[in-house]
Amino acid sequence: MYVLVTYDVATGDTEGRRRLRRVAKTCLDYGQRVQNSVFELSVDPAQWTECKNRLLKEADVDEDSLRFYYLGQNWRKRVEHHGAKPSWDVDDPLIA
Amino acid sequence: MKRHLNTLFVVTDGSYLSKEGQAVRVKVEKETKLRVPLINLDGIVCFGRVGASPALLGACAEAGVTVSLMSRHGRLLARVVGFTPGNVLLRRTQYRTADDPDQSAFIARNIVAAKIANCRSVLLRSARDSSNSQVKDSLQAAARSMENPLREARHAKSVDTARGYEGEAAATYFRVWNDLLGGKGFVMNGRSRRPPLDPVNALLSFLYSLLSHDARSAAEAAGLDSQVGFLHQDRPGRPSLALDLMEELRPFLADRVALSLINRGQVTPNGFRTSESGAVLMDDDTRKTVLSAYQKRKQDKLTHPFLGEKTTVGLLVHLQARLLARHLRSDLDEYPPFLWR
Repeated sequence: MYVLVTYDVATGDTEGRRRLRRVAKTCLDYGQRVQNSVFELSVDPAQWTECKNRLLKEADVDEDSLRFYYLGQNWRKRVEHHGAKPSWDVDDPLIA
Repeated sequence: MKRHLNTLFVVTDGSYLSKEGQAVRVKVEKETKLRVPLINLDGIVCFGRVGASPALLGACAEAGVTVSLMSRHGRLLARVVGFTPGNVLLRRTQYRTADDPDQSAFIARNIVAAKIANCRSVLLRSARDSSNSQVKDSLQAAARSMENPLREARHAKSVDTARGYEGEAAATYFRVWNDLLGGKGFVMNGRSRRPPLDPVNALLSFLYSLLSHDARSAAEAAGLDSQVGFLHQDRPGRPSLALDLMEELRPFLADRVALSLINRGQVTPNGFRTSESGAVLMDDDTRKTVLSAYQKRKQDKLTHPFLGEKTTVGLLVHLQARLLARHLRSDLDEYPPFLWR
């Protein structure tokens, strides 16, 4: 499944900045960063459960907000990119 | 069921792979080229001078990501694995079965028969698509002369007999490959390996080595020992079971990719050069084209003829490894090889 994760973390204090960093790091274990606080993850249900638990542990839900968009199987039809920093498709041939 | 996961190919000399969180980062000259989470990967295949950090290799072993190091020309140099995973009882059964000539022959003959049948399908399909009546006749004649070894292989009493019929069918099959190549400037004089003596053989050898990496991973992922086979004899360092598993998939996966690359003109004779030793090598662009085509082929969907499940070409080898494990555990009376219809 393909999940889009966006978040807003209150970065007014060092504590907030730390949470921001840790939320980002967690997302990067499961997918790629497509914009500053926007990540696209290609995960199976078990991996997603694990990821979600980790994210909710890192965030402080009184201060921050997290949004998960489930893009399903046909995510390619639902995503359109314009401009710089195009993402790569994790199912395309990966040749570096 | 396993998801179809991707393989990361690192082809740039001087790349360095390191671990970053639970992801692999590919750096070339201090610049990050790519960053892929380990959960999206099934294997990493490195060609040529590529380095990797111990932390990454450890994380890959832990996550079940097979790391293979290949020479620039796609010969396997080494594979990095952690502690042998899988099921010790299954592996013991595998060894006992491999030690028993009758039981080995029972598996080997199914593999050989499926391989011959799938080779015939390649020829017959090309014959159908060909507009040249001479080529049509030649391919159909070759397919007909493969019927006998196919029939005999099905009932082979020993591994050696099965191997004999396989050799006979393979000779017939590769003899008509020139007709399959359709005058695109490629000429092939039978199968040659170590070294491959013409571009077509170089292409096939390269694709087979990719397939063997996948077959190896599949065998290990199913809890089997990739070095103990039934059709292929033990030899130090030889992944005999991986070779067994890929045998029936060679025509369907590798040969068809090679043929379509040539027939579509995506690969041309200019993309190869001959070294002093007579070995034929691919240039970098050709190699990338071939890698892409192989990966794309693995994403094609099909319904598994035995399981009736929708799957992808890339998962076939994993499904076959699991079917073989089920046969070894006596859950299946026979090993059902993959037959392409």
